Amino acid sequence: MSSLRSITLATLTKDIRLEWRSRDAINSMLFFSLLVVVIFSFSFDPNAEESREIAGGLIWVAFLFAAVVALNQTWARELRNQVLDAYRVSPAPANALFIAKALGNFLLVSLLEGVMAPLFMIFYNLRALGPAWELIPVAILGTWALVVNGTFFAAMSLRTRSREIMLPLLLFPISIPAVQSMVEATRIILSGDGSARFWIVLLLTYDVVFTTACLGLFGTILQAE
Amino acid sequence: MKRAFPILAVLTALLLAYAFYEAMWVAPMERTMGEVQRIFYYHVPSAWTAFLLFSVNLVASVVYLVRRSAKADALALVSAEVGVVFCTVVLVTGPIWARPVWGIWWTWDIRLTTTLVLWLIYVSYLVLRKFSDSSQTPKLAAVLAIFGALDVPLVYFSIWFFRTQHPQPVIGGGGSIDPRMLHVLLINWLAFSCFAFLLCWARYGLESLRREVEEAESRESLRGVSQ
Repeated sequence: MSSLRSITLATLTKDIRLEWRSRDAINSMLFFSLLVVVIFSFSFDPNAEESREIAGGLIWVAFLFAAVVALNQTWARELRNQVLDAYRVSPAPANALFIAKALGNFLLVSLLEGVMAPLFMIFYNLRALGPAWELIPVAILGTWALVVNGTFFAAMSLRTRSREIMLPLLLFPISIPAVQSMVEATRIILSGDGSARFWIVLLLTYDVVFTTACLGLFGTILQAE
Repeated sequence: MKRAFPILAVLTALLLAYAFYEAMWVAPMERTMGEVQRIFYYHVPSAWTAFLLFSVNLVASVVYLVRRSAKADALALVSAEVGVVFCTVVLVTGPIWARPVWGIWWTWDIRLTTTLVLWLIYVSYLVLRKFSDSSQTPKLAAVLAIFGALDVPLVYFSIWFFRTQHPQPVIGGGGSIDPRMLHVLLINWLAFSCFAFLLCWARYGLESLRREVEEAESRESLRGVSQ
């Protein structure tokens, strides 16, 4: 157990340090989602009532696309200089690598959301009519739902041709219930009609089911060559 | 086994023709929907067949991951391919029926959405198989099949929260059906299942041949290297 934790921590700090020095992923994600926000607000130009109805969908679609940008870079770094091969032959547990990568992506996407969500509020003049604090569990659970499967499928698409396009093709169909829950929960909280509890529980179930599946099957994927 | 294939093919053709006759002329006319209701004899058997094939795919995928048997992998591939074809038939015939009866082509109803998502998952499964050319394709595909199977109940619950519009299942549900209609439906289902089985059989034979050729080619090239 301690080796799992120390290897996870070591990989995570290494990734954060690399990202901090280059800032490749975060910069491209930030700019990308800024572009999405601006283009959406051109295309729709809604009034306050309408924007409460559609903002949940817009926000999460923007984050989903931006997350794919980050997820595609997750494993690219490890392919250079055969780092992944070295990892494969080392006695380190495969799940330590997976947890570290998923947590790294989670931090990255959360940072993006922290910056972009206020911007969204400004562009669309949003003010939540429901309990606004519920947006925090929705954001945490929703981000984890995207990132855990995204990290897993990014590892899977390493073995395919044109892997950059492969990731969304695998990730989006599986993510449909998660995206729907996030969008509906956000819409309900913003417009204040009804309770978002059902969707939060569904997101939690999604997270538990797929985190378990990822941890159970990641070893198989890592050893595939 | 080889000789059984043409016999089954002829039997399936006869059965399909008989089922067509039953569905078009023998089955009673539905009182409110009229002739368009007869698409039901194609829509429902296709749906059952597609779901059956996707279950076969899941079982074969799990067997592959446990036993690493190449036969299970070929079966998984074949059932996914034929399943997608039947699922497409379901998704095409549904709106054709829905337009005159409901007045709309499509609605985000529980069964429609679940079927659509299932179709999307299995198309992405086939794309993955097409795009990964390493020898690890079966392993990756089997893992994706398991993820897809975990996803379907979640999709179901997420739509269950909305109002549902699709007619209740005619068997084991609240709906009621004329026994003569049920009879025609079951004949059609039998015909479609035979047809699907025939397709899977032919495709499986093709896939085994393809693998044999691949193996022979790689052996041949190895021999060329050693000389």
